[in-house]
Amino acid sequence: MKYLVLLIGDGELPPWNSLTEEEQAAGMKKFEDFDAACAARDGVEILSGEALAGPSSATTLRTRGGTLSVTEGPYAEVIEGLGGYYLIETPDLDTLIELLQVLPAYDMQLQPAVDPYE
Amino acid sequence: MSAGDVLGRVHAESWGRLLGGLIRSSRRPDLAEDAVAEAFAHAARQWPAEGVPANPAGWLATVAQRRLLDAWRAEQRRAAPEFRAAVAARAHPPPLPPPGAEADERIPLLFMATHPALTEDVRPALALRFVLGVPTQRIARLFLVPLPTMAARLTRAKKRLADIGAAFGVPDPARWPERADDVARAVYLAFTAGYAPGDDEVERVAEAGDAVRLAVLAADLLPDHEVVQALAALLELHHARRAARARPDGSLVLLTDQDRSLWDAAAIARGLHRLTGLTPTDGYAEQLRLQALIAGFHATAATVSDTDWVGIARAYRRLEQLTGSPIVRLNRAVAVGEAYGAPAGLTLLRAAGERLPGHHRVALVRAELLARDGREAEAAEAFRAALSLMPDGAERRHVEGRLRALRPGV
Repeated sequence: MKYLVLLIGDGELPPWNSLTEEEQAAGMKKFEDFDAACAARDGVEILSGEALAGPSSATTLRTRGGTLSVTEGPYAEVIEGLGGYYLIETPDLDTLIELLQVLPAYDMQLQPAVDPYE
Repeated sequence: MSAGDVLGRVHAESWGRLLGGLIRSSRRPDLAEDAVAEAFAHAARQWPAEGVPANPAGWLATVAQRRLLDAWRAEQRRAAPEFRAAVAARAHPPPLPPPGAEADERIPLLFMATHPALTEDVRPALALRFVLGVPTQRIARLFLVPLPTMAARLTRAKKRLADIGAAFGVPDPARWPERADDVARAVYLAFTAGYAPGDDEVERVAEAGDAVRLAVLAADLLPDHEVVQALAALLELHHARRAARARPDGSLVLLTDQDRSLWDAAAIARGLHRLTGLTPTDGYAEQLRLQALIAGFHATAATVSDTDWVGIARAYRRLEQLTGSPIVRLNRAVAVGEAYGAPAGLTLLRAAGERLPGHHRVALVRAELLARDGREAEAAEAFRAALSLMPDGAERRHVEGRLRALRPGV
């Protein structure tokens, strides 16, 4: 299964820009550790992942009554903190949850991608 | 042995294994559970008329597999029309489970049914259904909800498990230790539901028995998980008192007044055996162990006055440190009153009272401690305060009796 993992809020973590350089380096190390943990786990692969520009740079498309409207900003409030994402192939949700604990303890949203051929 | 007897035995022995095998191969807990239930229903119709097959469990597995495949194909046909052609070309039915897979499929079933991605209130119901195959009607009665409500709840939960891609496996205790606690919490919730007041105490005790069976099975399947061992010990010891708990008319008998010869000695022995295998730990496992310890002190006392109240008071103190619960404080005050005298209990009770405003048990415990201390007028006042907060029922009648005994004629 493919899952989209949205890295949303800092949760209990202090904001990134309030951290010392050493703390930031330790945080970055967790992302490297996560790459390594995924690579080491059978059936798990990071297909894609990016850091995202801030929510102010988001654009939302909506079609209402046949007319496309383009608006500035994120789709909904829950996405306001969206900071990055991964697209990950994994055998199941539980394996993914186990692996994600390697990352800093962000708030995250995990959503399976639908494969119409499955 | 009649066809019905065979079916009952196969149900008890094989429901969880059949369902587990089917979920493992199909990864579809929703379709698999329906398929196994239909296979059993089919057997209930066919076996009495046409005879019991030579290999009943194998027969059920084959029928369930066929049903699952039918449901799966029907679902493919209903898939979005724009993909229908492609689906038809590429459809691959789920593979059948390898014959003779020996691992006990009930373990992953237990973890799946109590998955943290499900709401907490549906996990106990799903665990009873998945692992033991308890009929939905009976689960609905246990949780005091109408059958259609419970059926819809279970269907939603199964669908969600399929949608989110929950694993069918055993979580690594080092990587995800919370999962064993989730199992224990769910089974405990099922048990406490059985002890919530209902119409028919006798019936409800039987339903609580399903939760005890589940706890014992979980403890046997997961011998290294302390939290599950502690839970099984606690439930065995508590449930051992079931026969003494209700009068023939269905009304409740409080622990103090129970006929202890009615307690289930074999269940007590099993509970104590599990309990003695446990050492102090922390977290939820320790909470359950302490509760089991307290139940053990009660279970081994020949009379109320024989009870090791000092031991119970000590266990409650540690339990209060762990949980910070005012209810625990209340129970601790009772035990301390028994062990060290009423004034000591009353001192402890004061703090609990502030944190449980309007709770009748605070007034009740106060009343009993005051009565024991010989302060009858104050005790009567506290009994009346408790009564003003209590609904009708067995416990209220007991308190009215206590008040009358205190001051004859009032």
